[in-house]
Amino acid sequence: MTAMVQIDGVEKTYKGGFQALKGVSLDIREGEILALLGPNGAGKTTLISAICGITMPTGGSIHVGGHDVVRAFRKARAMIGLVPQELTLEPFETVWNAARFSRGLFGAAPDDAYLEDLLKRLSLFDKKDNQIQELSGGMKRRVLIAKALSHDPKVLFLDEPTAGVDVELRRDMWEIVAALKETGVTIILTTHYIEEAEAMADRIGVISKGELLLVEETDALMARLGRKEMRISLNEPLGAIPADLSDYDLRLEDEGQALIYSYDTRAERTGIARMIAALTEAGVTIADVETSQSSLEDIFVGLVHQRDNAEGDAA
Amino acid sequence: MNWLAVKAIYRAEMARFVRTFLQSIISPVISTSLYFVVFGAAIGSRIDEVEGVSYGAFIVPGLIMLTVMTQALSNASFGIYFPKFIGTIYELLSAPVSFLEVILGYVGAAATKALFIGLMILITASFFVELQIQNWPAMIAFLLLTCISFALFGFIIGIWAGNFEQLQLVPLLVVTPLVFLGGSFYSINMLPEAWQTVALFNPVVYLVSGFRWAFFGMADVPVGVSLLAIGGFTLACVSAVWWIFKTGWKIRS
Repeated sequence: MTAMVQIDGVEKTYKGGFQALKGVSLDIREGEILALLGPNGAGKTTLISAICGITMPTGGSIHVGGHDVVRAFRKARAMIGLVPQELTLEPFETVWNAARFSRGLFGAAPDDAYLEDLLKRLSLFDKKDNQIQELSGGMKRRVLIAKALSHDPKVLFLDEPTAGVDVELRRDMWEIVAALKETGVTIILTTHYIEEAEAMADRIGVISKGELLLVEETDALMARLGRKEMRISLNEPLGAIPADLSDYDLRLEDEGQALIYSYDTRAERTGIARMIAALTEAGVTIADVETSQSSLEDIFVGLVHQRDNAEGDAA
Repeated sequence: MNWLAVKAIYRAEMARFVRTFLQSIISPVISTSLYFVVFGAAIGSRIDEVEGVSYGAFIVPGLIMLTVMTQALSNASFGIYFPKFIGTIYELLSAPVSFLEVILGYVGAAATKALFIGLMILITASFFVELQIQNWPAMIAFLLLTCISFALFGFIIGIWAGNFEQLQLVPLLVVTPLVFLGGSFYSINMLPEAWQTVALFNPVVYLVSGFRWAFFGMADVPVGVSLLAIGGFTLACVSAVWWIFKTGWKIRS
């Protein structure tokens, strides 16, 4: 499959010396939904801004549809639509004129039929003559999407599409994104909601402190790092883990009221049966057992933690 | 060259003008009428004539210049500052346009508005005084150059301004005094000799003088010098804009 967006060693250092991107490389495939996942300040928006032309990268290169975003910026940018994080819209403009303006700005000839269809798809058509200031927050976000799609781009960037959006609107947004994927648009979205990346994305890229920690298929990422935890509630609290059980990945929680056992679901042996047998042998009585899949949140926290530790060791 | 983008920006800016059409037109027309009442009728009745032209007619070119400069400046500076202020500038930056198209759109629209208002004042003035225009092409040329150069100047201010106070600073502290001291309502020959010399350092003197020459065939400074001055000012603004374009100053981080 061809790469729609090719990012090679992109760096961004601001004048004050702050390095927002530390050599990010990433290929985004045509037609996929890629989620850039990371905490606030990780460099997600900077990366998007560098691709879209809002920020000039200080190193590396970016190609969109084979066009260099700096040297062939006209061809590259004509293929891109950007939905910003903030609801930034001209308040006195009508929905229709706002969409027309964006289409013209991106160098596309007027096409009222296309815009009409677009607004209908986004349930905005009956609001087309309203001033933007009269619309609700959810509607405004739709207008931003309509503006970004007004010139029929091949690549769509959604920067935190559901930040500050209520649950219902979030589901709405997910549906819109799913419908957009059907039209063949390549979609890159940023989020710090893991749940969101999991629900929408084909692949997930984890970004932290200006570095891309990994990029993987959503399912594979979940499976590879998807460890499970078993929580064993005890009748009698334990002061320490019995010596016979030191070989198992166990830890005590709730002042000795519970034992937590971590294991890999994909390993040949989970060791559960032997571990429980050993517990019984040691005279520990079990009140309850429950298991849980580690969420992407845990994975993410784990990854960042790992990296920080590695850094600490190196230092 | 992305002409569709130029058109889109120009249309959007003109749409703002049309939305606020009444206040855009009414306020200059009213203030012009007030100038005529105060300067033309009240004071002018005592001044009679300036170098063979009735005072009422004499102030018309200066009055048009005054309004055209401030309108071109404020429209262009606001036009580009507003997207910066509300954040919609992201769209301009991410669009397949170079700075040239952005300027053509914004400066073109601001100059058009200023030109339109200038012509409205000319028409309003013709109701109060008998006007003669000796050199139509020169009149149009001076008017157009002023509209364009001050719109460019306004664009630069709009890019530079970090807040609304700064946006108002240059028009209030620099342009208005220069315009009032630029011989809009008097011939600088009426000033004491020392002040006449000072006045020659005021660029607006050259604009008003040249513009007045197109009307009445008389000027404070030779018309060629006026033309050079406005040409030079336009060139200075174009260079500044070119530099902004090259460096991305205050626009792209």
